[in-house]
Amino acid sequence: MANAKEMKEVLFGPVFANNPIALQVLGICSALAVTSSLKNALIMSLALTVVTAFSSLFISLIRNHIPSSVRIIVQMTIIASLVIVVDQTLQAFVYATAKELTVFVGLIITNCIVMGRAEAYAMKSPPLMSFLDGIGNGLGYSVVLLTIGFVRELFGAGALFGVEILPLVSDGGWYQPMGLLIMPFSSFFLVGFFIWVLRTYKKDQIEAKA
Amino acid sequence: MEHYLSLFVKAVFIENLALSFFLGMCTFLAVSKKVTTSFGLGVAVIFVLGVAVPVNNIVYHAVLAPGALEWLGFPEADLSFLKFLTFIGVIAALVQILEMTLDKFFPALYNALGIFLPLITVNCAIFGAVAFMVERNYNLTESVVFGIGSGVGWALAIVLLAGLREKMKYADIPDGLRGLGITFITVGLMGFGFLSFSGISL
Repeated sequence: MANAKEMKEVLFGPVFANNPIALQVLGICSALAVTSSLKNALIMSLALTVVTAFSSLFISLIRNHIPSSVRIIVQMTIIASLVIVVDQTLQAFVYATAKELTVFVGLIITNCIVMGRAEAYAMKSPPLMSFLDGIGNGLGYSVVLLTIGFVRELFGAGALFGVEILPLVSDGGWYQPMGLLIMPFSSFFLVGFFIWVLRTYKKDQIEAKA
Repeated sequence: MEHYLSLFVKAVFIENLALSFFLGMCTFLAVSKKVTTSFGLGVAVIFVLGVAVPVNNIVYHAVLAPGALEWLGFPEADLSFLKFLTFIGVIAALVQILEMTLDKFFPALYNALGIFLPLITVNCAIFGAVAFMVERNYNLTESVVFGIGSGVGWALAIVLLAGLREKMKYADIPDGLRGLGITFITVGLMGFGFLSFSGISL
C-alpha cells in the first residue's frame, strides 16, 4: 500500500511539475476552444477531471483481466460510457452551458489526457493510486484552462463568471476590451506564454537545442 | 453543385478544423516537425475523414436518430444518447478495416501511411468532424464533401506548420519558449492569418 507522501506526489505532481498540457502535450484539442469564459472553462475542467479519475479507477480495477490485444477498445468503451454520463448530466442541469460547449464535451473521449493516463498509468497501478493520478492530471488540465479562461474573460470582456469587473467603454465605463482575446486563437498565445513562464520557473523543463 | 463547392471551400479555409476549432491538436503539434511526415499524416487524415464522416452519417440516420428504428417496429425509439459510443466504435473499426485492406491491396500506400493510421483513431479531428456532421444535419452527399474538405483543410494546416518549423530551426529562441512554446505561438499566428478567410461570404 502506498504511503501518504507517494499519494501526495501522484496527486499534485501533474499540476506544475509534470503538467499534462504544458509538458506532456496532451489534451490540447479541447482545451483552447472552450476557454473564452471562465464558467465554460470551469465546467469543462470539472467534466474532464471526473472522466479521467473514474476511467483510471475502472480501468485499473479490471486491468488484470484485459487482454492486451484489445485493450484500446476496452479503454475506449469505458471512457465513452463515462462521457455519455457526464454529457447527459450537463444537459440536465446546466443546459445553456452544455449548448455552448457543443461538441467539445463529446471530444473528451478522444482527449489524449484520458487515454494517455489510462494507458501509461492505470494499466499498471492499483485502483486508489490510479484514481488519484486521474484527479491530479485533471487538476493540471484545470490549472491551465482556468488561467487562460481568467485572462480571456477579464481582459477580453471585462468580466469574471459574467459579473462585470472592469466597466466597458460601451456601457459608459473606462475599459476598452481587447477584442483579440475573444478570438479563439488567442488561447494559443496564452498557452505559449504560460509555458514560457512555467519553464522560466522550472528550468529543468527547457527543451534541448535541436 | 455550387452549394457543395461552397461547403468544400468553407470546410477547407473558413472553418478549418485545426486552426479555427483546434481539433487534432495533439498530433498536429507532435508530428509537425518535418514536411514529409506531416504530408503523409495529412493524406491519411483526408482518407479517413472522407470515409468515416459519410459512414457515420449513414449509421446515425439508419439507427440512432429519433424515430430511425421505425423499420424494426420501434417508431418511438431514440438512441441518439448512444452516439458518442457508436461513433468512436465505428471510427476505430473503420481504421482497423482500412489498415487491413490497404495492407492487402495497396502495400505501397500502406507502407507510406503505416504508422499514422492507428494514431488516427484517437485524433480528435475525425471525431470532431463526425460530431459537427450530426450537429449541422448534413445529408449523405454533404457529409462526403464536408469530410474530404475538412481533411484537406487539416492537411494543409499541418504541412504549413511543418514548413514553418523547419525554417525555425535556425532561429535563436529564448530558452523557455524553445520547442513547444514557440510552436503554440506560431499556430496562434497561423490562426490569425486564417481568420482573414472569414471575411469571405459564400
